[in-house]
Amino acid sequence: MHPLPPYAALLGLSTARGEDGKLLWVMPFREQVVGRPGFLHGGAIAGLLEFAAFGCVYEALGGSEGVSVKPINVTVDFMRGGVELETYASGEITRLGSRIANVHAVAWQQDRDKPIAAAHMNLLLRRPS
Amino acid sequence: MNRPDLSKMKGFDPELFTAYASQVGHGGALGILYHDHGPDWVELALDHDEKLIGVAETGVIASGPIISLMDMATSMAIWVKLDRFRHQATLDLRVDYMRAAKPGSRIYGRGECYAIRRSVGFVRGVAHDGDPADPVAHVAATFMFTKP
Repeated sequence: MHPLPPYAALLGLSTARGEDGKLLWVMPFREQVVGRPGFLHGGAIAGLLEFAAFGCVYEALGGSEGVSVKPINVTVDFMRGGVELETYASGEITRLGSRIANVHAVAWQQDRDKPIAAAHMNLLLRRPS
Repeated sequence: MNRPDLSKMKGFDPELFTAYASQVGHGGALGILYHDHGPDWVELALDHDEKLIGVAETGVIASGPIISLMDMATSMAIWVKLDRFRHQATLDLRVDYMRAAKPGSRIYGRGECYAIRRSVGFVRGVAHDGDPADPVAHVAATFMFTKP
């Protein structure tokens, strides 16, 4: 696992393993992630979703040394306001190609079946030639 | 600084709003600054800061802070166009990353509101690191009004 960059620390992120063994991202509710009073900032949720998307790609690449992963684009849908609770996110690869990874990430709070936001992300992979 | 009662405020002052938003919550943690505005656009800025770095090896800013910057700039573009604050929620936001920002540079986020309908505001914008003609990212988003 790559060490988490400074922006992940600003969001207060940590990682865990879900019951299904999948990588889970956890963001505590605290001042640094608040938007309007009492609710999460959309940008903080989007940041969390991006880490979940990147994380599952790095994990799938496993030991592939020297592969760089760059974002091409991200589309975030906001479904519910994020309230004063921990937020979880996990990513799932739709397709891992040689040059492109298509990833879907979901964020939820108490109930995984009630997502607060989801992201679709396309990532560019550069493998050492 | 106390939170101004936005719904009672006459017109909408993006400079005053940013002064408040840059002291609390996520906007405060990032250090978002007011830069300029017009009748349907707002430009905010984000100074380089170690804590915003997304890739430690290159020193390139993470994409998350750029999303937050653009979410705020486009959101405020709706309020300057309406000339009042109105409660709204981001419905969706898309970012196309043209290139990595130059390490150490100040990032500008310019949001423009091009249409307001009964329930939805439509916005677009660019993030750049000095030259708006050579953007770091393009953004399109929609906001849904949650109160009259």
